[in-house]
Amino acid sequence: MRYAARVAWWLVFIVGVLYFFIPLYGTLAFSLKSKPFLSAYTAILNDPQFVSTLSYSFVAGILTIIVSILIIVPTAFWVRLKYPQLRPIIEFITLLPFVIPPIILVFGLINTYSKQPLAVTNTETGSNALLVAAYVVLSFPYMYRAVDTGLRAIDIHSLTEASQSLGAGWIRILWQVILPNVRTSLLSGAFLTLAIVVGEFTIATFLDRPAFAPFLGLVGDSKPYEQAALALVSFGITWAAMVLIAVLGRGSRSRIKVTIG
Amino acid sequence: MPFLELTGIQKRFGDVAAVHNFDLAIEPGEFVSFLGPSGCGKTTTLRMIAGFERPTAGTIVVNGTDITHKAPNQRNVGMVFQSYALFPNMTVADNVGFGLKVRRRSKDQIHKRVSELLELIHLPDKASRYPWQLSGGQQQRVALARALAIEPQVLLLDEPLSALDAKIRVSLRNEIRAIQRQLGITTVYVTHDQEEALSLSDRIVVMSEGRIEQIGTPFEIYNFPSTGFVARFVGTLNVVSAKVLDPTAGTLEAAGQPIRAAGPISGGHPGDALTVALRPEIISLGARDGMNQLSGVVDDVTFLGAIVRVRIRFSDDSGAISFDTFNNPHLAVPDRGTAITISFPPEACLVLDRAEIAAAAAPEDLDAA
Repeated sequence: MRYAARVAWWLVFIVGVLYFFIPLYGTLAFSLKSKPFLSAYTAILNDPQFVSTLSYSFVAGILTIIVSILIIVPTAFWVRLKYPQLRPIIEFITLLPFVIPPIILVFGLINTYSKQPLAVTNTETGSNALLVAAYVVLSFPYMYRAVDTGLRAIDIHSLTEASQSLGAGWIRILWQVILPNVRTSLLSGAFLTLAIVVGEFTIATFLDRPAFAPFLGLVGDSKPYEQAALALVSFGITWAAMVLIAVLGRGSRSRIKVTIG
Repeated sequence: MPFLELTGIQKRFGDVAAVHNFDLAIEPGEFVSFLGPSGCGKTTTLRMIAGFERPTAGTIVVNGTDITHKAPNQRNVGMVFQSYALFPNMTVADNVGFGLKVRRRSKDQIHKRVSELLELIHLPDKASRYPWQLSGGQQQRVALARALAIEPQVLLLDEPLSALDAKIRVSLRNEIRAIQRQLGITTVYVTHDQEEALSLSDRIVVMSEGRIEQIGTPFEIYNFPSTGFVARFVGTLNVVSAKVLDPTAGTLEAAGQPIRAAGPISGGHPGDALTVALRPEIISLGARDGMNQLSGVVDDVTFLGAIVRVRIRFSDDSGAISFDTFNNPHLAVPDRGTAITISFPPEACLVLDRAEIAAAAAPEDLDAA
């Protein structure tokens, strides 16, 4: 029985790995068909738009994560601490991006913010801000769920009250007590957000932003080998960025050292 | 002049009154326990002192300053929680030093104070450990050190030993008391454990349904309970039905046998039904001159190691009485079914009035209270 369970476990694992890696392998094999060998990769890496669009999307992703954390963490904390009865409503609101397609969202945004007195799309900065704002909305389901799960795992009532009795104010409580204890959840929310932002096509295209996904689409129209190479390279870079976030997210804080004796 | 004064404190949650007209004055350096069953309002009162709950009415004054409406982080009141509430992301030293960092003390001051406190709680070698690397008892000692680090005006402890096993509980409560005496800090301790309250406190506030039942020293609370609730809640108690024979002389009939109370039964009339409460340790086996005597049949004998608990029943079904005798291997313990006589002094009879009788549970239940 135990042997059968182990075999079943390995089967599921192998099927999962194959499901994940076969498309990657297919893409890799296809990208290597370009002549001369590796020319698709050299062409992509030498294309100035590759670096600029990928950088743009990463910056947008990082800004999205920061704004999202600033909105979601205090909200989720406050709802859990003071207004638990509001939790279903907040959950519903954060799930709306799953119900409203990005095309509807972006048309709504353009319709609202391209006319006076809110003509935000008239400037580059305005359009960039609007893109990040839209991405923040898209990140809500992932970020809220991750933070809420993290908060559920700790006794926020006692931790908050203990901090208060020691003289701490709300900002310190959030920054030094709550945030570090939901760091793992925040990181998982941040990973998902970054992955979504880097791969997001619709909003970036309609807001006419120089993001990575529209560039990928553009390349795919005329250069299939290059598009495959680009997809693999961006995949690798995104994973590397996630590892970097995880490493940076560990943080380092000055600790009180006590000498014994 | 009292150091901590609660005057006319009330707390309502919607239509439910959690605390009614709570008045208490605590002297500097005093150790006061709030004792009562779950839902009696003891934790709510403590939380009002800490600032986590706002009183519906009344004032809280600490050292001459009204703190009723101050935010919890402005009160300089240290609190120890049942769940320890140590910060999981911080080491022991960081936990203890947290309040001092908030107060922007210098690194040297924080280091010195943290070292002192870790010595005080006998954990100087655990400074760099994280809470999850410590036992429950060690975590609670760290929580105590953290609360003391800020030199609070008042120390509040909310059932700090409830989550610990029995042996650790006893040793830690002794440690808490020793530290409290050493520092002379005014302390309020919430517990539902009468033994904890009796062994730790200078005074005990017994609470029931949001009201103070009695305030007194452990000796007063245990030996002279002023209400049936206190008599029933604190210590083990036997309750037997009785009938007034002569109220002036203080004579009663219990289990069909005459007994005498310490004094007249105020407001009683011949034939009135009453309840008499007796502490088990005041009862002795055998007939003794000058004492009340009741005869019955041994119903049960429980061997508890150092103590043997004997329960006797009476022929008229008026209840059962348990009493304890020290275990002595050279003396025979009466067998079940044996007819025996017990004795107790008149002063041991706690006569409960009618209202208190209503509050008291059935004699069989109280027997094991």
